[in-house]
Amino acid sequence: MPKPERYEFFIDISRCIGCQACVQACSECDTHKGVSMIQLDYVDRSVSTQTVPVVCMHCDSPTCAEVCPADAIKRTGDGVVQTARKPRCIACNNCVLACPFGVPKMHNEMNLMMKCDMCYDRTSVGLKPMCASVCPSQALFYGTREEIERLRPSSHPINTFQFGQQMITTKVNMMVPNEPHVRLIDIAMSMEQAPVPQLLSDDPLMANLYEEQ
Amino acid sequence: MQREVTFAGICGFIATLVLAVLILIGSRNLAHFDAALVAYTASILFATFGLTYRYTMWLQRPPTAIYWKRGWQTFLNRKYLRKNAINWLRHVTEDMALNRFIFERSRMRGLTHFLIMWGCIIAISITFPLVFGWLHFESVPGEMDTYQAYVFGFPTFTFASGSIFGFLIFHGLVWSAFITISGVMLAMRRRMREEGAAALQLFVEDFLPLILLFAVSITGLMLTASYTWLKGYAYDFIAILHAITVIITFLWLPFGKFFHIFQRPAQIGVRFYKYVGEREEPAICRRCNTPFTSLMHVHDLITTEKQLGYNYEMPGTSVEHYQWICPRCRRAMLALAQGQLWQRQLGGETPALIAYTPTTPSYVNPGIGEGPLGHEDAKNFHP
Repeated sequence: MPKPERYEFFIDISRCIGCQACVQACSECDTHKGVSMIQLDYVDRSVSTQTVPVVCMHCDSPTCAEVCPADAIKRTGDGVVQTARKPRCIACNNCVLACPFGVPKMHNEMNLMMKCDMCYDRTSVGLKPMCASVCPSQALFYGTREEIERLRPSSHPINTFQFGQQMITTKVNMMVPNEPHVRLIDIAMSMEQAPVPQLLSDDPLMANLYEEQ
Repeated sequence: MQREVTFAGICGFIATLVLAVLILIGSRNLAHFDAALVAYTASILFATFGLTYRYTMWLQRPPTAIYWKRGWQTFLNRKYLRKNAINWLRHVTEDMALNRFIFERSRMRGLTHFLIMWGCIIAISITFPLVFGWLHFESVPGEMDTYQAYVFGFPTFTFASGSIFGFLIFHGLVWSAFITISGVMLAMRRRMREEGAAALQLFVEDFLPLILLFAVSITGLMLTASYTWLKGYAYDFIAILHAITVIITFLWLPFGKFFHIFQRPAQIGVRFYKYVGEREEPAICRRCNTPFTSLMHVHDLITTEKQLGYNYEMPGTSVEHYQWICPRCRRAMLALAQGQLWQRQLGGETPALIAYTPTTPSYVNPGIGEGPLGHEDAKNFHP
């Protein structure tokens, strides 16, 4: 089956309802059976139910791969940063600590780092990644740019992030509101930011979820 | 880059020269060197150059260089030297000899690797000394049925040629071929049946090494079959075929998957780095004030990132460098940054106006053992 080049991954964290369907679905993947690669956290459980699902953003210049002393992380020609190569990974933890998005997971018993590879076994043959195919709120969405524009008219995808003075561009897109128009997300600006309290979180989440109607 | 290439070239040349000299000494000026095996020797000398060159280039990469240095520093740290020595023995046995970490990935994978690895180790420990002339056998004068083994030209043990020991030792390569082929078959079976493997495997990277090992083993067995049961039928042809497969394998050593044999021991250095790091000062996340790794590791990563051209500095802030934020907080900050944008559009109260002290984000489902609260990360020095 030819690979549809037009398909892209779009992530909209504010839509996440923390249902864990992605976590379970991910562990069904053939390349890492029984182990989930999704990072799903409560931002601060004491004040909010806000959750954050993080998949690998597949950076154009992946810091994890660059800091790997064993040269175990490779990026495919189509921009997918693959999980660590099993014969090479020496479980040093550099990638876990260096990834600006906090994606890789270390499995010490196996001496192996494992991370999301955008279900390469599926996406390389035109199927959706496991997480995106089960996400009920479509916080994790895999489809064409036209589809996402039609479904989410009040937001647009961007793939540029700033961490301190470092700019990172990624293969995976993040949805941001149209107003104010931004071209990048400066992560540092949220250093002191509190999570969205329960009452408030209903507002953007629901508004966003049903924006089409 | 030119400097690194020159250095790696010099190292490769020295290693090759040392091996050549050892061959001369060990074979007593080629007196015990089998001229028929000269092609094998040449291919091993080439592989030695290639392996040393690539290894030296690899060690000069910024992250590898720092780990190499720190690995030795933490191993030789006086405070931990005794414990490190004991741990070294344990890691060599568990990780290297028994492949425990591969058995953790899957029992079948563990068995597969164990068979291939030991098959190759046995074969190499027999053939290399024979090819280099470091090991040869002579009949004991007056006792035609007794052989004496000479190592580096020095006489060592003797044994009866017709004994069980003699049979086992003279057929060492047969046993190693059986062990290797069993492992290769298991690996091939997995690669042909498993969908996960099918998605990622490459012919050159994953199949070629298996094909080479199989070719070497099977042609070796054919030689034994020829002289044992077929009165030497097609022996010369099989011998050339076997030589070709072996030489291609040696020439391939520095380039493909086999290079992991030489890279892999680095994991022992990493273990010392982690062991000492866990016992020294921790790095505290500058968002949630929780220790998340060793101070040494964060400092080393900041250095490495700078050398690689990354600029994660955060001047003018209390954080100073993005590396001082723990992975969990990084994920939370991603959500908070996006939420902030939505809030700007949708309005409403800004919770940040209320005094808020960030806490460590928690995994949604710690029960399934994945993520920051799972035992993997706990061991990994995440709190």
